[in-house]
Amino acid sequence: MAKKLIDLVKRKHKDAVVDSHNRLGDDTVIIRPEHLIEIATTLRDDAGAKMNLLRDITAVDYLNRVPRFEVVYIFYSIELKHQLLVRVLVDEDSCKVPTLNEVYPIAGWLEREVFDMYGVDFTGHPDLRRVLLYEEFEGHPLRKDYAVQASQPRVALRARERDAVEEFKEYVQDERAKGSREQY
Amino acid sequence: MGLEHKIDESIAFTTKLDDAVNWARKHSLFQYPFVTACCGMEYMATAASRYDIARFGAEIPRFSPRQADLLWVVGTVNHKLAPFLRRIYEQISEPKWVISFGVCASTGGFYDNYATVQGIDKIIPVDVYIPGCPPRPEQVLDGLLALQAKIEEEPWLKYAYEEKRRMRESEGGIIEDAEPLFRKVDV
Amino acid sequence: MAQDFIDTIDQDIHSEPMILQMGPSHPATHGTVRFTLTLDGETIIKADTEVGYLHRGFEKEVENKTWTQAFPYTDRLNYVSPLLNNFGYALAVEKLLEIEVPDRCDWIRTIMGELSRLSDHLTCLGAGALELNAMTAFLYAIEGRELVWDIVEAVTGARMTVSYGRIGGVKDDLPENFGEMWQKARARILDIHATTHKLLSRNRIFLDRMEGTGVLTPDQAIAWGYTGPTLRSTGVAYDVRKDHPYFKYNEVDFTVPVGTRGDNYDRYLVRMEELVQSVSIIDQALEKMEPGPINTDDPRVMLPEKQKVYNSIEGMIAHFKIVFEGIQVPAGEVYSYTEGGCGELGFYIVSNGTGKPWKVHVRSPSFIHMGGIHKLLEGSMISDLIPTFDTINMIGGECDR
Repeated sequence: MAKKLIDLVKRKHKDAVVDSHNRLGDDTVIIRPEHLIEIATTLRDDAGAKMNLLRDITAVDYLNRVPRFEVVYIFYSIELKHQLLVRVLVDEDSCKVPTLNEVYPIAGWLEREVFDMYGVDFTGHPDLRRVLLYEEFEGHPLRKDYAVQASQPRVALRARERDAVEEFKEYVQDERAKGSREQY
Repeated sequence: MGLEHKIDESIAFTTKLDDAVNWARKHSLFQYPFVTACCGMEYMATAASRYDIARFGAEIPRFSPRQADLLWVVGTVNHKLAPFLRRIYEQISEPKWVISFGVCASTGGFYDNYATVQGIDKIIPVDVYIPGCPPRPEQVLDGLLALQAKIEEEPWLKYAYEEKRRMRESEGGIIEDAEPLFRKVDV
Repeated sequence: MAQDFIDTIDQDIHSEPMILQMGPSHPATHGTVRFTLTLDGETIIKADTEVGYLHRGFEKEVENKTWTQAFPYTDRLNYVSPLLNNFGYALAVEKLLEIEVPDRCDWIRTIMGELSRLSDHLTCLGAGALELNAMTAFLYAIEGRELVWDIVEAVTGARMTVSYGRIGGVKDDLPENFGEMWQKARARILDIHATTHKLLSRNRIFLDRMEGTGVLTPDQAIAWGYTGPTLRSTGVAYDVRKDHPYFKYNEVDFTVPVGTRGDNYDRYLVRMEELVQSVSIIDQALEKMEPGPINTDDPRVMLPEKQKVYNSIEGMIAHFKIVFEGIQVPAGEVYSYTEGGCGELGFYIVSNGTGKPWKVHVRSPSFIHMGGIHKLLEGSMISDLIPTFDTINMIGGECDR
C-alpha cells in the first residue's frame, strides 16, 4: 500500500507529525494531542482519504518510557479500503487528550473505556465515566503498576459455612448409632 | 408462620412425610437461570431437545426470583455483578437451592484477577458445584441428579433450619465453629 | 375541535416519565447488560446502556501469560464462535512474526471458521426466536447447532471452548471421516434452515415485531461503528472476507447478502442467507483442499517432533524454551482484523520482544455496537427493544472482555 495517507497528513499538517512508518503494512503516524482533532477532521472529510469508520480507540502503557502512554486511533475508509493508525503521545503528568466525540459519534463510548482502564482524561467529553468497571473502583487496572489480583469487592465476602441441614444430620447421628429404626 | 416454625428441635422424626414432600420438591424444580457467560450456551443445550432437562422435571425457567426455587448461577460472576446476585438470592423464598454451574461460578475459573469473584460461595451458599469449562450436558444432568439426591435426604422442616442459619448470618456471625443450632437433650 | 378537547385533558393529567431498569439479569438480554430506560408510557425517551457485568480482565490476564497460553482466553471472547477468535489472534501474532502457514492449514482454518460462524448464526436465530416466544424455532436451531458441535468435537476434542488454533498452525489435522460427517450434518442443517424459513419468515406476528423496528440508516451505522451483518443489513456491502481476503477466502465463491432497509427483519434475513453461504464455502473448501503439512516448520514457533525431543538434547532444549519462555515475538505493534460472527473482530497487539505479550487489545464488535444501540432504542417501544437487541447479537464475553 503506497504511503499516500501518511503523505496527505504530512502535507496538510506540516509540523504535527512526529514520526511515521509503514511497518508490516500498517500505515502509522505519531502525533501530539494538540493536533488530533484537525487531523481526524481532515481524514474524515478529504476526498483522498474518506475515512468514515473509526475502528477503535485504545491505549498502550509503555511503563518506563517518556511519554508513558500512547492513545491509538484506527481509522478506516469503507469506500477506498485503506487504513491509518494514529498514535498520540500522552505524558503521564498531564494525561489529557481532546475528545473526538464531535467528529465521530462512537468515539465517546470508546474513550470511556480508555479512561476506565488507563486513566487518560478526554477534555470536552460530555459524559466521562467508567464503562466496564463500577463507580467505586479506585485505580486504573490496565496500567502496568496495578497488580493483577488486587480486587475491590462490592459485597462483603463470606467464609464458607456449614449447611444447616448438614448440622442437623450430625445432631441425629447419635440416634442412628443407638440402633433407632427411624431413617434420621 | 407454619407448623415448622413452632418446632424448636425435632421432637418427632417424620420420615414418610419427608419422603413425600421431598419427592414432590425434587421432581418439580422451578429454576432461575442466572446466566452470564459461555456456560449459558451449554445451559441452553441442556434445556434443548437433545439433552432434555425437562424429563427430570426441571423444565420451566421462571424469570422472577419470587417464582423460582432453584437458582442456577451459570458463568462468571464478577464484582460488578455480585450485589445483584446477592439480592436475587435473597429474593427467592425458602426452600431454595443453588447450583453453581461451571468452574467460574464454583471457584473463579482461570480468571484470577481484579475483576472476578473467586467462587460464588463467597457471596451465597451453594448446594451443588458442577465443574467444567463448560461442563458437558451430561455432567449438568449428573449435577441435577446429585441435587435431587440431596433434596431426598433433607428433612421437610428445611425452612426452619435455614431461617435459623440466616438469622445467625445476618447478625454477623459467619464463623466456622459457631454455636451449634441444636442442643442435645438427654431423654 | 376534538384535538383541542384532548389537549385540554392532557394538560390536566399530570404525568412524568418513569425510569425502568432492565437489569443485568433479564431473560431477554443475550448477555448481562443493564438498560436504564426513561419511559413515557411505553415509548423509550432515553436509554442508558451499562455494560461491564462480564468484565473478566482478558487483557490483564493475557499480559501475564505466554503467547500460546492466551488461546483459551480468546476462546471465551465470542464464545459462540470460538474458532474465529482463535484464528483471528493467531493471524495477528503471525503477522508480527512474519511467518506463513502452509496451504492446508489455511483451508482447515477456513472450514473450521465457517463452522463456527454457522454455530454463531444458529444461536443468534434460535435465541432471537425464543425471546419472541417462537420456541419451536429455538429447538430446531439448537439441534442444528448440536450437529455442528458434534463435528467440532470430533476435530478438536471439545464442543465449545476449543483452543484449537496455534501460532503457526492448528492443533491437529481433520479426521478421515470428516467428509462423511459433514455430508450428514449438511443435509440436516439445510433442512432446518428451510423449516425455520417456513416457520418464521412470513409469520404475521414475527413480521409485525421485526419489520420496521430498530431501523438504522447506512450513515448512522458507519458513524456509530457498526460492522458485520448489522452494517450489511443497511445496504453497505462491507465484509472483511471479500474486501481484505485472508486464509483462502479469495479461492472460494460466495456472495455477501446485503439488506435494504436496515431493520430487524433485514438483519434476520442477512443471517439466514449467510448460513447458506457458509455451508457452500465449506463444501467448496473440502473439494479444493490437498493433503499436506498443517503447521509451519519455523523452529522459532513450532515445537520439534517428539522423536527429536526425547532423543536429542537440542530438541529437548528447544521444546523447553518454547513452552516455558514462550515464543519470542519481535518487538512492534500490529493491527490485524478478520470477520467475526458479529462484525469485524480485530486484535491490536504490542510486543516487547519477549515470550509474553505486552498488550493484546481486542477490537470487539459487540462492545462498539453497544455504544450506538441507544440511538436504535430511543423513540421506539419497550417491546421493540427485544428484537433489536437480539438481532444486534451482543455477546457478553466479547463486549466486556
